[in-house]
Amino acid sequence: MADHKHETHGYYTGDIHNQFVVEHHDPKSKKVIWKTFWILLLITIFEVGIAFAPIPHDVLVAIFIVLTIVKAYFIIAYFMHLKHEEKSFGYTIILPFILIVYFIGMLITEGNYISMMGDLFK
Amino acid sequence: MAAEATVKQETQSANMWKGGKSPFNVSWGKMMMWFFLVSDAFTFSTLILAYGTMRHRFAEVWPKANDVFTHFPFYDGHIPLAYVALMTFILIMSSVTMVLAVDAGHRRDNKGVALWMILTIVGGFMFLGSQAWEWYHFIHGTPAGAYVMPNGDVYKVAENAYHLHHLNPPHDALVSLLHQVVSDKAVIADIKSKAEHIHGANLTRNEYGHPLFADFFFFITGFHGFHVFSGVIINIIIFLNVIAGVYKRRGHYEHIEKTGLYWHFVDLVWVFVFTFFYLV
Repeated sequence: MADHKHETHGYYTGDIHNQFVVEHHDPKSKKVIWKTFWILLLITIFEVGIAFAPIPHDVLVAIFIVLTIVKAYFIIAYFMHLKHEEKSFGYTIILPFILIVYFIGMLITEGNYISMMGDLFK
Repeated sequence: MAAEATVKQETQSANMWKGGKSPFNVSWGKMMMWFFLVSDAFTFSTLILAYGTMRHRFAEVWPKANDVFTHFPFYDGHIPLAYVALMTFILIMSSVTMVLAVDAGHRRDNKGVALWMILTIVGGFMFLGSQAWEWYHFIHGTPAGAYVMPNGDVYKVAENAYHLHHLNPPHDALVSLLHQVVSDKAVIADIKSKAEHIHGANLTRNEYGHPLFADFFFFITGFHGFHVFSGVIINIIIFLNVIAGVYKRRGHYEHIEKTGLYWHFVDLVWVFVFTFFYLV
């Protein structure tokens, strides 16, 4: 992942493992940080703005969930810097969340069943 | 040229896994912080999913956040969402100061790190104070309060009438029956003689509707607030180390990155809490 656009240097961690870690420092990092901040802020303002708009509730919920995932992407990719880590490391962190998607599917099935059974479950 | 580059990359990545260095090019400590955050994200996911399931089950009597959290400091009226939007802004802002501290660390700028760290700590305390204020108002409730019947049904007092929140609806009950507005004086006298008058919410009572709403609110925002609190404590410790020049002597600021990851994670969780507790 040698990126020649960036200045490359590194350091030894200095703990018992004393690993050498390569640093890729982006000279435009501050610009990226403030851009991410404005994106997050504008999405939040937009969310609060449309919360009272005459939009069908289900559509509103769908918009909010999509925007939440967009915000999460920007925080993870740019603030937590995962976009600039090795790709294999990114997958190691993100792929386990397939289990959460599976869990959501299970709970929707189970939730519908509980509603169907009505007051048997009190 | 392109093929040559691919071959070079392949041999490079093959060598990466032969041992002796981190194939992910992250230190042991940073990788473990990430793995901890993955496990913590699972905990929060299950909490929010449990909340969603119960909300779906009691959809008809679930309080609307817009009716509950309407307070704003130094203002007597009701403005829904404004206060929590302010809290979100505070947390995003403190996330920015944290990432600027990490950035200053990359440039080995000790003074810059110290400055951005102290601003992050201030942001953390502001968020915690806001949350305490929010909890105070939820626990104390409205002056009018609500009447709770022995079977758990809640009569919310509003505009000189009693709004019934039917907590134990029969299976085939019509949704329109669940929100009856009672204004008959004899019925109101009957309610008052049997019911308990309550204000606000705790773990067993909730004047705004179903008690499970209060339980999930206290547990999830409480668990998140505890994360913010421990994050502030960790940030203070790291800040003191920065002042003492520990990282300057060490030659790198990886600790700032690790605490930064934790702090951004706290912000990330709040993004989800904000959506599922206040917006949806």
